[in-house]
Amino acid sequence: MDRIKISVEGLNFYYGEKRALTDISIQIRDQQITALIGPSGCGKSTFLRCLNRMNDTIPDTRVEGRVLLDGQDINSPDTDVVMLRQRVGLVFQRPNPFPQSVFDNVAFGPRVLGLARKREHLTDIVEESLRNASLWEEVKDNLRQDALNLSLGQQQRLCIARVIAVKPEVILMDEPCSALDPIATLEIEDLMQRLKKQYCIVIVTHNMQQAARASDWTGFFWLGELVEFSLTNSLFTHPQKKRTEDYITGRAG
Amino acid sequence: MPRDTFDRELQYLQDEMLVLGSMVEDAVSECVELLRRRDLEGSRRLIARDHAINERRFAIENDTLALIATQQPMAGDLRTLASILEITTELERIGDYAKGIARVNLMIGEEPLIKPLIDIPRMAEKVRSMLHRALEAFVRRDVELARAIPKEDNEVDSLYNQVYRELLTYILADPKNIEQANHLLWVAHNLERSADRVINICERVIFTVTGQLMEMDTKENEEEEPPAVHSIN
Repeated sequence: MDRIKISVEGLNFYYGEKRALTDISIQIRDQQITALIGPSGCGKSTFLRCLNRMNDTIPDTRVEGRVLLDGQDINSPDTDVVMLRQRVGLVFQRPNPFPQSVFDNVAFGPRVLGLARKREHLTDIVEESLRNASLWEEVKDNLRQDALNLSLGQQQRLCIARVIAVKPEVILMDEPCSALDPIATLEIEDLMQRLKKQYCIVIVTHNMQQAARASDWTGFFWLGELVEFSLTNSLFTHPQKKRTEDYITGRAG
Repeated sequence: MPRDTFDRELQYLQDEMLVLGSMVEDAVSECVELLRRRDLEGSRRLIARDHAINERRFAIENDTLALIATQQPMAGDLRTLASILEITTELERIGDYAKGIARVNLMIGEEPLIKPLIDIPRMAEKVRSMLHRALEAFVRRDVELARAIPKEDNEVDSLYNQVYRELLTYILADPKNIEQANHLLWVAHNLERSADRVINICERVIFTVTGQLMEMDTKENEEEEPPAVHSIN
């Protein structure tokens, strides 16, 4: 349970000349949920996107330091970025299903990556992914319906099913509940607890109560630095750094 | 970024806890003084006043839970509120011990005391003083003071042992003294237990400041302790 899945060593990240992350080192454990908290602009989303090189799509950015996924540096020149993003999936802030059927949304990744040899196999992958995303019971009778007709909470679980469908090892979530109502939020948190048995999960959240409720480990970012990283229970009851205490008690930020 | 509303509510709860603390301090001193003076009417009034202590404790508990539910406090704030819940419970129990001592006064009734009370008032004064300083340590978040107070529990235990041995000699001298000696032993026992609860309060002060939950063991001579008696609340 304590196996290190992602090891980050001395990570710096630049948007042009501006340094957005400073000397981040952190070890992220497999089959556990790691939450990243901090005020807007503190670098937590930038850091999350460093874990599957989503920042590559932004021009004039630069990375220093190492991000090791199972001991392999993902920034090395011989990394296949498409394969990397299959292993490390990302769920966005707002649900972003394709304007297609529920089935085609989940089948999209496996089709592109050629994961299913036969039609039945693809059907199995779609069902299994929807089941794992706790959406199957709600959509099984109408898999051909337009995904955009689902509620926002269902759409977000569909996006999680879409990530799961390509058999990732890590699931990154960038404020996955910020567009959802409290019930849909709790459903996603409940789902995360089930998913962590199979995956390494990293979630960025503005909602401290969500980090406290849902995660095993919490990292607090401030002005591009990782101020404190510890077990969630410990960080929210007796943080070691005053900066963390001030932030989580609402007296700074 | 200040949190004025939350800070105001937190301060209010702390103030309410101090009011409760002073009510309990008064009860500890008075119950023994009333016994010494054989003031039965005063003891009846003190027993009736325990109701106010209990009410205040429940009010603080309700307000604390409401603040936790509505403000979702974290870290030091959360520890402070958790400690307020614990400390008010301890205060209420010490109030019950004082009420028990007032009841003993009524049980002894019109009988004269078999001996002048000397060590029991000393115990009461010691407990009152420890309690007062423990609450002061909480308000000042003074860990050093909170660590120092429990050491004084040995004095309370010594006085208790002294009372116990002395009462034994009265029992041996005249078996007719057994009932009252037993009642007075209950009084001493209630005070000794009150001091133990003050130590629990000191533990909560340390927890509030450091986040460390620790038992403060103060007993030097556990084996020499006389057998425990049931307390009268």
